[in-house]
Amino acid sequence: MTGLDLGERLELYRLMRLNRTVEERLVRLYRHGKVVGGLYRSLGQEATSVGTAFALEKGDVIGPLIRNLGAVLAVGFSPRDVFTQHLGRASAPSGGKDGNLHFGDPTKGMVAPISMLGALVAVMAGVALGARIKRSRAVAMTWIGDGGMSTGAFHEGFNFACVRRLPLVVVAENNGWAYSTPLDKQAALRSLAERAAGYGAAIDRVDGNDVLAVHEAAVRAVARAREGGGPTLLEAVTYRMKGHAEHDPQLYVPREELAEWALRDPIALYTRRLFAQGDATAGTLEAIDRAVLDLVEADLAAAEAAPMPAPRDALTGVYAGETAEFEPVLVRRPR
Amino acid sequence: MTATTYVEAIRQALIEEMDRDERVFLLGEDIGVYGGAFKVTEGLLDRFGEERVLDTPISETAIVGAAVGAALMGLRPVAEMQFADFFSCAFDMITNFAAKTRYRTGASVPLVVRGPAGGGVHGGPFHSQNPEASFANTPGLKIVQPSTARDAKGLLKAAIRDEDPVLYFEHKFLYRRVKEELPEGDWIVPIGKAAIRRTGRDLSILTYGAMVWTALDAAATLESEGIDTEVVDLRTLLPLDQETICSSVAKTNRALVLHEATRTGGIGAEVAAVLAERCFEYLDAPLLRVTAPDTPVPFSPSMEELFLPNAEKVCRAARALAGY
Repeated sequence: MTGLDLGERLELYRLMRLNRTVEERLVRLYRHGKVVGGLYRSLGQEATSVGTAFALEKGDVIGPLIRNLGAVLAVGFSPRDVFTQHLGRASAPSGGKDGNLHFGDPTKGMVAPISMLGALVAVMAGVALGARIKRSRAVAMTWIGDGGMSTGAFHEGFNFACVRRLPLVVVAENNGWAYSTPLDKQAALRSLAERAAGYGAAIDRVDGNDVLAVHEAAVRAVARAREGGGPTLLEAVTYRMKGHAEHDPQLYVPREELAEWALRDPIALYTRRLFAQGDATAGTLEAIDRAVLDLVEADLAAAEAAPMPAPRDALTGVYAGETAEFEPVLVRRPR
Repeated sequence: MTATTYVEAIRQALIEEMDRDERVFLLGEDIGVYGGAFKVTEGLLDRFGEERVLDTPISETAIVGAAVGAALMGLRPVAEMQFADFFSCAFDMITNFAAKTRYRTGASVPLVVRGPAGGGVHGGPFHSQNPEASFANTPGLKIVQPSTARDAKGLLKAAIRDEDPVLYFEHKFLYRRVKEELPEGDWIVPIGKAAIRRTGRDLSILTYGAMVWTALDAAATLESEGIDTEVVDLRTLLPLDQETICSSVAKTNRALVLHEATRTGGIGAEVAAVLAERCFEYLDAPLLRVTAPDTPVPFSPSMEELFLPNAEKVCRAARALAGY
């Protein structure tokens, strides 16, 4: 067993359900043309995000990627934050200046990602370095995909973290696909965790669709980081059940592969586990699902009712306390 | 009082800021035990210890990335790039992470990335460049380049205290060639303010870095020819001090832009654009640029001499403007 009490075991279920329900509502918004920009799903990967982030404590810092909605919710951000981000609202955490999960606040334990993959690994190494210099107990955790691990920034950042034995956990989320590119065109290795040996990092590899296994491995990695044992590369083997984004019908994905992984849906697997070990009845989970739905609907309604940003707000916040100049002004010489 | 070199002024700024604020720390390649390729950080490891003076792998992306992360945790990192040529290795971290974080999230990223720029030391294509313009098109950054020991110290202290990311280009040719007495006490030179190095009525030379000295040499020659030259040291390249630039040119009515960096898309192009927009009716002559040509920095001394602007080239352009 994992050392989790019953309430925590049910919270894992709730967070995965919340992750999925928020995305289902986002899909509806997307189809109605209300989402600004693209929509990136984490269907089938909820256990990886939730199980890892659930191993953290208050004061730790995450650097999530686009498919880590579960981690964002697990550390305490609300569905309303996520909806306002996707709708480009003024009250969104980024104030409408960036979309989707591109938001964060280090004082609330989250660094905002940028689209350039691998960059967060170097930055989260710096977060871990900062924690050490400040003599805090904080651990930094970030996620990287099988594609993102091909970047130089990943290598530089992870190597630096290992050289300094920084309190960093990097979750290598191996979902088989980077946009349309399969793992065998991304790396000559079949296991991403094998790479860790080249950096002198601790290695772990886990079934990314088994939330308890993911959580157990994350607890070990976080403890190692907190106790001075340095970084861990934790590979979670999972599968991207949707295209790169909602516009992508993933025609390049073998149908039989999708069908196989559909049988390994992380929420369905965990539901059976909860029933089998007597943690929950159908009624328990239905009550959780209903509470999740109520929360999501209320937050969605609030987000949809929220105003769009004033256009001129786009000129603020580039520098501390300044507004950018914009209008050209014709200057005449006095005659 | 004794004269302090430009390089020692930078070192003093680091020491004073580290003494003043325990959040300030340094990271970079060979800055600890070795004291830096140009000895800017000599003795700082002994003084402040390994936790505040970090030798890193050869990983500019990791260096600036780690600086961003530490800054987000409330620290004030000062990252050294061993040569300014290597700022480009961390381009993504500088332009996409550091520069855009406040805008997107409201979080401050108070960090300084500093390193030696410039030619005249026969460093060749990868140890002589002036890459400031490559970063000047990025909102969210501030860029400075001091020409004097006083500014070297005061601008670095201001950069470390700034709430936004600052790129600090120090000119390696000046490290041990310029020196002066430094003011007592907590000497700060505000970011965003140009300085008039020489006042004149006939012509403004708008320049920065080592070229300030070239401009002053040229101005001395021009004076003997009856051309009274004003020399404006921009000091901060992003954001430009448009008020000082325009008030100088509104007075002299002639503008010569001088920089050591290559021509196309250089800082001089932006200065020219500011003057065209704001001082068009004040100009009595076309604007001229004296810059390096649009080539990589050549290695062999005879070729580098052709590449770099010098007082003679400046005088030629100034005479043409004065006689227009």
